[in-house]
Amino acid sequence: MLRVDRLTKTYVTAAGPLTVLRETSFELAAGATLAIVGPSGSGKTTLLGLCAGLDRASGGTIELAGAELGGLDEDARARVRNAHVGFVFQNFQLIPTLTALENVVVPLELRGERECEAAGRALLERVGLGARGDHYPVQLSGGEQQRVALARAFVNRPKILFCDEPTGNLDGETSEAMVELIFELNRERGTTLVLVTHDGELARRCQRRLRLKGGTVVADERTEAR
Amino acid sequence: MSFVGRMAWRDSRASRRRLLAYSLSVVLGIAALVAIGSFTANLRRAIAVESKGLLGADLSVTGAAPLSPAVAAAIAAEGGRQAQERMFSSMMTFPTAGGALRLVQVRAMAGAFPFYGEFVTDPAGAVAALRRGGPVVVLEPTLLEQFKVRVGDTVKLGRTNFTVVGSVRKIAGESAAVGLLAPRAFIPLSALPGTGLSGVGALARDRVMVALPPGRAVDGVVRDLRERFRGVRLSFDTVAERQREMGRALTDIDGFLSLVGFVALFLGGIGVASALQVYARQKVATVAVLRCLGASARQSFAVYLVQGGALGVVGAVAGAALGVGVQTVLPLAVKGVLPFPIDFFIAWPEVARGMGAGVVICLLFALLPLLAVRRVPPLAALRSAAAEPAGMGPDPWRVVIWLAIGLAVAGFAVVQTGSLRVGLGFAGMLGLGFGTLAGLARGVAWAARRFVPRGWPYVVRQGFANLHRPNNRTVLLLVALGLGTFLVLTLFLARTTLLREVVGTGGGDRPDLLFFDIQDDQIGPLNALLRAQGAPVREQAPIVNLKLLALRGEPVEELLKEQGPERTAQTPRAPRRSRAGTPGQRIPAWTLRREYRATFRGGLTDTERVVRGAFSGRADPAAGPVPISIEESLADDLQLKVGDELEWDVAGLPMMTRVTSVRAVEWRRLSPNFYVVFPMGALDDAPRTYVAAVRAGAPADSARVQQAVVRAFPNVTAIDLAVLVETIDSIFSKVAFAIEFMALFTVATGVIVLTSTVLTGRFQRVRETVLLRTLGASRRQIGRIQFVEYGVLGLLAGGVGVALAVAANALLARFVFHADAAAPPAQLATAALGVTVLTLAAGLWSNRGIADHPPLEVLRSET
Repeated sequence: MLRVDRLTKTYVTAAGPLTVLRETSFELAAGATLAIVGPSGSGKTTLLGLCAGLDRASGGTIELAGAELGGLDEDARARVRNAHVGFVFQNFQLIPTLTALENVVVPLELRGERECEAAGRALLERVGLGARGDHYPVQLSGGEQQRVALARAFVNRPKILFCDEPTGNLDGETSEAMVELIFELNRERGTTLVLVTHDGELARRCQRRLRLKGGTVVADERTEAR
Repeated sequence: MSFVGRMAWRDSRASRRRLLAYSLSVVLGIAALVAIGSFTANLRRAIAVESKGLLGADLSVTGAAPLSPAVAAAIAAEGGRQAQERMFSSMMTFPTAGGALRLVQVRAMAGAFPFYGEFVTDPAGAVAALRRGGPVVVLEPTLLEQFKVRVGDTVKLGRTNFTVVGSVRKIAGESAAVGLLAPRAFIPLSALPGTGLSGVGALARDRVMVALPPGRAVDGVVRDLRERFRGVRLSFDTVAERQREMGRALTDIDGFLSLVGFVALFLGGIGVASALQVYARQKVATVAVLRCLGASARQSFAVYLVQGGALGVVGAVAGAALGVGVQTVLPLAVKGVLPFPIDFFIAWPEVARGMGAGVVICLLFALLPLLAVRRVPPLAALRSAAAEPAGMGPDPWRVVIWLAIGLAVAGFAVVQTGSLRVGLGFAGMLGLGFGTLAGLARGVAWAARRFVPRGWPYVVRQGFANLHRPNNRTVLLLVALGLGTFLVLTLFLARTTLLREVVGTGGGDRPDLLFFDIQDDQIGPLNALLRAQGAPVREQAPIVNLKLLALRGEPVEELLKEQGPERTAQTPRAPRRSRAGTPGQRIPAWTLRREYRATFRGGLTDTERVVRGAFSGRADPAAGPVPISIEESLADDLQLKVGDELEWDVAGLPMMTRVTSVRAVEWRRLSPNFYVVFPMGALDDAPRTYVAAVRAGAPADSARVQQAVVRAFPNVTAIDLAVLVETIDSIFSKVAFAIEFMALFTVATGVIVLTSTVLTGRFQRVRETVLLRTLGASRRQIGRIQFVEYGVLGLLAGGVGVALAVAANALLARFVFHADAAAPPAQLATAALGVTVLTLAAGLWSNRGIADHPPLEVLRSET
């Protein structure tokens, strides 16, 4: 599902080039779960963004769902994301001007699908927010907003889900429920899961943990998923 | 509905009020454009009607009296309404003044002239009495004053005693060309035979005034009559001709109003661009999420372009409605203020033009900030710092949009001003202003980063830091405020320039009496007499009568023969070659035949300037051709260049001259002006008379001065300019009103655009202000920080805007209005200070409420 080969990311700064990710390589099979962990500034989010096609690498290759991202332009990468990728962000990133339901169905509408409301409502029902579809993000709690984001992430039946600190802005109880939901949906739909987290407990629930430090993979741990 | 349409609609839900507020500037811009366009159309029609009043008819045909039956029949066949007049000079006897005699201009009239404008007499019934016929006369008021004549008294013309039925206050159609030679005496044409004065002779003229039937174009009639009566000396006067005679005043006004419309829309464009720039920045997170979810850059851009387009359309419709509304209520609002009646109508073509131009300008200006949406990377959803990607290089589309804006602005300016040169000049000046301000803004941001001393108080350093920190609005605000100041102040200065020109032309200080035929030995005593009468001579000039003998070495008689018989008094240029002139152009015969009244002096007057060559103030006739100066229209007619030689007949003696300068003369200034000016030393011994101009003031004073002069110097002819002055005053007062009204309207638009530009910054500053509050900043500290930031921006924008406006006004005055630029220091200082205060007030007001509420509450409601 995801093949990363000698991936490097360097930024040009006033003080000279700054390499934040060095020669990183790994592969992930369909349905697998991966946690990217490490201290702040270790390159976790950079790696996630590159894998999801949100940014361009300075070196190396990424193959996502059969597409080599380096050879695609911005619009082609957007099409790949729309077809195969789901996202959950630490700060939810709901569009404030859309209702919960409208936020959920955006990926389907971008594909030009007409009858997408039922799918949206079903997913909202699945995350326990069936009655809140017409509410705007500001009318929802943090946990509810993240559940809407999760529903949006799954609405286009993605092959791979990228989560950036999905529980980072949630309290313990809410984050536990959120994690349960992510893994349930992951199991139900056979989605590959890549998440960035500081939460050791959450990382341990993944089959594999890639530990970064200073832009380099320092450990690649594997366990059986619980 | 497509995704783009749906998303644009949904996304606008929370921002509609804000978008509507953004559209306010374009609404006002378009409203100004529509109102100005419509009002200008109204005004043009009113002025056109007034201009008809300048002639009193559509067409006036004048020829030597009597007109041939063929000509009279041909004119009569044109139909419409017609009136006849015979004009000649004769002596009138005034029994009330002991049988005193006075040369008057007899105007024997038949028909209901004037057809446009008024024939105002005192008492009002005099016109009707005149039209009824019989031995009645309407006299120039100065005659009544001068000879103590009252209504009901008798004056004698030829063999007939006429009863004075009133005095003429104003008659449409009278101008310097008609009524200046002598005081007028209007009598019925039917009463003429009884006087024994046939009114036929070398100086008698017959005139037929025609109000053409609807649909008949005056140009066609003139062309037909000219063709049919080639050999007859007829002169044709039309409204267009009279408008030209009015000088450039109306053209200036047209140009000015066009400039106002242009400025209003450009201000609207600036308002939209500045507002949408803030809007686009607020939408970065949403766009990044859309991009993450698979929206292409084009789709994301299209979402906001649809909103921008909708903003333009809503703005256009609302602006047009407001503009039309202003038009509708104008009659009530300006009732009693307008110096003349205007029929208010909605000029639909102007409405459509305003809306179309508004949408185009709005979209183009909206594209500029919205282009940034295309470049929001999806990574911005993960890291906000990625919203401004480094190393992407300049966006080529920005260049394209700038070019399109440049072309649209230049095109619009050319269309509005009706002149390629002037239009491109406006656009170029705007480009220069924009470049200067943008460069200055970058320099200020750079300087704020480098040169603010660490020792300055925190609030001052923070205020300066706001000028260079990320998300600063230095460039936007300086450009928007500076350009706004520049445009609005340019209007004010142009208005001052025009008004000063008008007041300088006349106002309360211009001469109102001209004395002609003053002999050489009378000029000294006349000066003394006039001083004693309290009306000292303002200007005087010697007049020498000349005839042209040869042009560039070719005798005039030869030239006239070559050119064939003269066809009419105002012969159009025919494609005929002349040895003396430019091939294919004909020299008007009258310019070769006429008697020139030239003067001589050592310098230029304030009503003329040299446009080619150099003026020579002194000459020695023995040292070769005398250097002379020619008025530019005569130079064109005679096809003269600097260096050409002319030979003149000066009192029977030939005199060789060379053109050393060509002058532009402001004929509309009531001063003794001349086509040909000789230097001192050339005509000193030639027989001459003098013309003298004085200001007498009230009609009673004018009459007193005239009486005193005529009594002392019976040969001197007095010309009372009061009536002419009144006409010109009335027209200029209309012009002044139009300028004031339009300028104020646009200034109001500019102020609102400037204010809204600052206010839109609220959404950008909320987070940092709240953060400062959270960290313990007092309201006063926040206020001071903002005071420094907006104060610096306001001062710089005001200062640079003022400098640009002064430069632009100087160019306008030089190349458009052909006047001296006015730049009153008080006005400039007020403008600079006003912009600073306005910027400060708007900036401080834009942060209202933020400091009064809990930070979290503010963040929730504002973001």
